[in-house]
Amino acid sequence: MAATSQVVAFMPRARFAWLMLLFLGPAVAIYSLFSIYPLLATISLSTYSTNQTGDYIFAGLSNFVTLLTDTVWSKPFWNALLNNVILFGVHMLVQNPVGIALAGLLSLPALRFRATYRTLIFLPTMLSVVIIGFAWTLILSPLWGVAEGLLKSVGLGAWFAPWLGLPSTALITLSLISVWQFIGIPMMLIYASLLNIPEELVDAARVDGLGQFRIFTHIKLPLILPTIGMVSILTFVGNFNAFDLIYAVKGALAGPNFASDILGTYFYRTFFGYQLQVGSPTMGATVATVMFLIILMGVCAYLFLVQRRMLRYTF
Amino acid sequence: MRRRISVFGVHTVLIAYTLLAILPILLVVMNSFKTRNAIFGSPLSPPNAETFSLVGYVSVLGKSNALVYLENSLIVTLGSMILVLLLGAMAAWALTEYRFRGSTLLILFMSVGIMVPIRLGSVAIVAMMLRLGLNDTLTALVLVYVAQGLPMSIFILSEFIQQIPKDLRDAARCDGVPETRIFFEVIAPLLRPAIATVAVFTMVPVWNDLWFPLILTSSDNTHTITLGVQHFVGQYTTDWNSVLSALSLAILPVVVIYVVFSRQLISGLTAGAVK
Repeated sequence: MAATSQVVAFMPRARFAWLMLLFLGPAVAIYSLFSIYPLLATISLSTYSTNQTGDYIFAGLSNFVTLLTDTVWSKPFWNALLNNVILFGVHMLVQNPVGIALAGLLSLPALRFRATYRTLIFLPTMLSVVIIGFAWTLILSPLWGVAEGLLKSVGLGAWFAPWLGLPSTALITLSLISVWQFIGIPMMLIYASLLNIPEELVDAARVDGLGQFRIFTHIKLPLILPTIGMVSILTFVGNFNAFDLIYAVKGALAGPNFASDILGTYFYRTFFGYQLQVGSPTMGATVATVMFLIILMGVCAYLFLVQRRMLRYTF
Repeated sequence: MRRRISVFGVHTVLIAYTLLAILPILLVVMNSFKTRNAIFGSPLSPPNAETFSLVGYVSVLGKSNALVYLENSLIVTLGSMILVLLLGAMAAWALTEYRFRGSTLLILFMSVGIMVPIRLGSVAIVAMMLRLGLNDTLTALVLVYVAQGLPMSIFILSEFIQQIPKDLRDAARCDGVPETRIFFEVIAPLLRPAIATVAVFTMVPVWNDLWFPLILTSSDNTHTITLGVQHFVGQYTTDWNSVLSALSLAILPVVVIYVVFSRQLISGLTAGAVK
């Protein structure tokens, strides 16, 4: 942060306080009221439950015990959590490596049409998850037969299956749709940090006889590890907070038979209810608090383990 | 020779991935301009004089409040963007320029929102909006989106303000210019390049959001375009012309804006992201 300017130090205290109130007041007020307060209120609500008359009574951690051990709640919860881990795994294994590879190719020296590739590959990231979800539903639909026709034309017609409809493949297919949409983010962030690597380092390696591929794996990749760490934590937070895609394609029931249910859709169902199940604000708050703790653990792990160990290269 | 082959290889890979990225979108838009028979008969061919049809668009505009949804989305997106930019720039200026007791704590407090999604507070947000009488209004959406966008915008704008030379403001101070005017007349005009970046980070997620319109708006005339499309497509799943046209109507404005501003958007994204 910037050093204090000498000139400000002479301002009378009361006027300085007014000035700060004017500049910081509105932002801090809106942020505290509509972001931090709801978060804290939700966490506190998770320790209450409702009695027959609808009054809230303090219940300690009993909601959490119910969520984790009562099979009515715990079975779908663990299912959603496991699915969420799979969703995150697919992103880490497919989205980030492919994003890194694309960024590596885009940052090659003297590449023509660089801007065009970059713009077009980033396009799906700009569109709404809802639209992307529906577009892929149509493309993969056996009714329309576009995907099936394409596979047939290359002789792989037998491979086709209604992937989005089968319990065994729905979640993986949805994860890949999400990867397809959001690959632009790791690509852009890593591309930007690749461009920041000083020329001299790359030139030195080239003089030593390294080819482009070895320069990338031996020189550039270690230098961009902090960015890869940041991309990973962004992916983690995004995935454990995801909802829109599953809801758009599969609805709140995250079918078939909850095969694509993740924490976001499970939270929606507990809070608003579905079919015969009545929605419960207190249990909804409990699920949200658990999601908050999971995200908090991920962020802390990143801050304490990953970021501390990583060498910060300053150019 | 080897070099030429490898350049060819790089372009092959990039072209293949680019096609993978845009063909699905192109397929939807292309087929929205075709007759029902052509959509199913030859999905991969572009519309020609014989198969061209606007029947889907006519039925979307007739059956839904598409224009109201678009207007709501515009109001919410622009409203939150302007507030995030103005309040974010003022707060970023105060937090970078002045030191006071607790300013470091305040910076930490504001940065919580960068990592923790505001969505997790939904249960309390819904209850609070009901109590404030703001349920089912666009104001509720704007307030939530401003709270959501502020931390990131303060972060990016602070980085940017630090790069503005110190002499500029000190010279103004020596001339006796009041602090508020230093911000609005000296600093604010210099922030213009950073505004593109902040606008991307605010506008796109707000325009595309499904969650908050879903839980905070209930009547048809407060729906945003994303929620409107979600409802419409869910309702008319079997009317392929309408579904494809509704999706295209939602895709086209974003694509047009993106293509026009892509250079600024991407340079802002990459410049703001590296720090």
